[in-house]
Amino acid sequence: MQRKQRSLLSAMTFLIFSGLQIDVIAAVEQAPGLEQRSVLAPATRPVDTGRTLSPYFTPATRLKKAPDEKGFIQRWLVLEPVKKDITRNNIFTDNYLRTTFEKDNFSTDFAVVPRNSEMAKVGEQQLKWYALDSKLFNFKLFRFSYAINKPQYGVLFWVVTVINCPEEISNVRMAAGCNSAGMFWLNGKEVLMLSGDRDMVVDNCTSARVTLHKGQNIIRGAVINGPGMCDFCLRFIDERGKPVKKFTVSYE
Amino acid sequence: MKNKILVATILLSLLAAGMVNAQVGKPFIHDPSTIVACDGKYYTFGTGGGGLISADGWTWNGGAVRPGGGAAPDAIKIGDRYLVVYGATGGGAASGHRGKIYTMWNKTLDPASPDFKYTDTVVVASSNGNEDNDAIDPGIMLDPTTGRLWLTYGTYFGFIRIVELDPKTGKRVQGNKPVDVAIVCEATDLIYHDGWYYLLATHGTCCDGANSTYNIVVGRSKKVTGPYLDNVGRNMLEGGGKMVSATSRNLIGPGHFGRLVLEAGIEKMSCHYEADLDQGGRSVLGIRPLLWKNGWPVAGDNFREGTYEIESERRGYSLELEVDFTRMAGGLRGFGRNTDEPVKPVPPQQLADVVKNWPTGNIDARIGDYMGRPHQKWTITAVAEAGGYLGGPYYKIQIAGTERTLAATADAEVVTFPAFTGAPEQLWQIDQLTDGTYRIMPKVVPAVKKQLALVSSGDSRPTLANFDMNSDNSKWNFKAQ
Repeated sequence: MQRKQRSLLSAMTFLIFSGLQIDVIAAVEQAPGLEQRSVLAPATRPVDTGRTLSPYFTPATRLKKAPDEKGFIQRWLVLEPVKKDITRNNIFTDNYLRTTFEKDNFSTDFAVVPRNSEMAKVGEQQLKWYALDSKLFNFKLFRFSYAINKPQYGVLFWVVTVINCPEEISNVRMAAGCNSAGMFWLNGKEVLMLSGDRDMVVDNCTSARVTLHKGQNIIRGAVINGPGMCDFCLRFIDERGKPVKKFTVSYE
Repeated sequence: MKNKILVATILLSLLAAGMVNAQVGKPFIHDPSTIVACDGKYYTFGTGGGGLISADGWTWNGGAVRPGGGAAPDAIKIGDRYLVVYGATGGGAASGHRGKIYTMWNKTLDPASPDFKYTDTVVVASSNGNEDNDAIDPGIMLDPTTGRLWLTYGTYFGFIRIVELDPKTGKRVQGNKPVDVAIVCEATDLIYHDGWYYLLATHGTCCDGANSTYNIVVGRSKKVTGPYLDNVGRNMLEGGGKMVSATSRNLIGPGHFGRLVLEAGIEKMSCHYEADLDQGGRSVLGIRPLLWKNGWPVAGDNFREGTYEIESERRGYSLELEVDFTRMAGGLRGFGRNTDEPVKPVPPQQLADVVKNWPTGNIDARIGDYMGRPHQKWTITAVAEAGGYLGGPYYKIQIAGTERTLAATADAEVVTFPAFTGAPEQLWQIDQLTDGTYRIMPKVVPAVKKQLALVSSGDSRPTLANFDMNSDNSKWNFKAQ
């Protein structure tokens, strides 16, 4: 997330303070300045053998899944990240998000449900859909992208899921948090805008009152991030702020 | 010429306003450690090595020495030694999150002392670069209830973690395992207050000058290892946190909380502001009062120059000159009058209406019903050349529109002199207390060695006496006029 900028500043500060003309990473990892200086080895990306989805996700099955005990939706179709040239997260104004999500969109039908493993075209990029269950209450897009060896910074993710309601549920609100910014649609209609450089905070933004129809309801989301961590969480809450859980989740 | 004077006045006002809002000197720092006192001076360390020193807590300059570089240190005095802790990491993002937290001791923080020598460092926590943690941004707390030493560390990259250190060695307690306590934040610090542990954390964007959105939030727990919940019950492991300090006026993006308990009822918080617009938008040290409201810490406001009613918390009467009360025109309008008569504003009493009736020499002060009269309005102005105290400059307190100045006397009473001379008994320290009221204290009381505060004796007598946080006699409020 944006806090990377602090680290970059720190690196620059170190250089200024120390006057060192050496590699930035070596400089910032300089250990104590006493007799025995232990220097960390230059930071490198973790070994690729560690790039698996399993620490954070399991493949979604066709069995319908309940939200977790706090109502968070853990099953999502997620598209490989759309690469974006973004160096700062505080550019995510309302207008920027609308323009970007309109331009870098895989479909203007916001009620469409992609199929697992199918390819989608966004601009010139051919990207693959994954149907995954998060093991956590939130969906760590950074970890997803890392696991499939795709960019983790300067990325736009599209996500879709299906809510199956045994009966109509009215007067509820979609509640989401994301890092860094995003938008969400319910049954083809925009219901939530999370602009600015945000942290992934539970119930950070809530929609106006919405109705979940009996049967299928389609949620579409877009989460965008420059530097730093990227993830989101989403649930529905009732008038008292309590989680809504009387539905199941599927990806088709 | 008039315009020139006007411009000069505006400039002076702007300079003065800046002076009361931030530390003076060269208080430029990022990620400051909790301020620590050592041999009569204050110290704070920052990212990149080094740090700031202040003799009075108001004027800060470089000179503190901390080896090792690294980022975002913290410091604490344990016994007769100082434990300094800092982190070294890959730099974040593409540069990696493989970090280490180091601790080291020193007998003194004064670089000029012959005892000044840091011990070898010890690694007390680390992150492997890919796990959900970045071992950086340490904060340390010595638990006042148990004597156990706790360290929190981490950034937005995964979890904030807590581990236990040995307060005798500064090393990690053998076998101790990290506990996850928060996410999506950094620059954490633990404090204890009234049966609760509080985890302070910084959210938002840093390092983007005036566009930085850094802010400080808090959650609390009955157990030091959590769970830390905010005021609506949201766990900090879900991103929860109640606001402690956000951008205020020209001070943008506070982060890196540190707490100082000076005495009962007087606490300060240290931080840095990502940008002080009055100081070139640079990152500066901030010191603010720390208040407690309904069991939650919240940043108070540093005193701002202006014209005020000075109200006693005891009864609500106000500080005033001991002069004859001058009636305004009018009086009882009478009942049953025609309500259709035109309404005409009545001008408030002006200084010129009454000042000619005041004695020209010294005039005593007293406390009385506030009527919005000139003898009850005080203009409070920072005295730039007078230095200051932790977090603020000394002020002069004068009847608005005059040079008449409040001063302490050798018999521990208060009086007003016709003019300000700069004498130390005419300088006043103003601290916001943890309950939001204020302590007003002369810099010196002539012939009295200890510090005394302005207090109410009965409802109507202002005097100087020992400050007592448990008595409303010792507390005052400022109401802007």
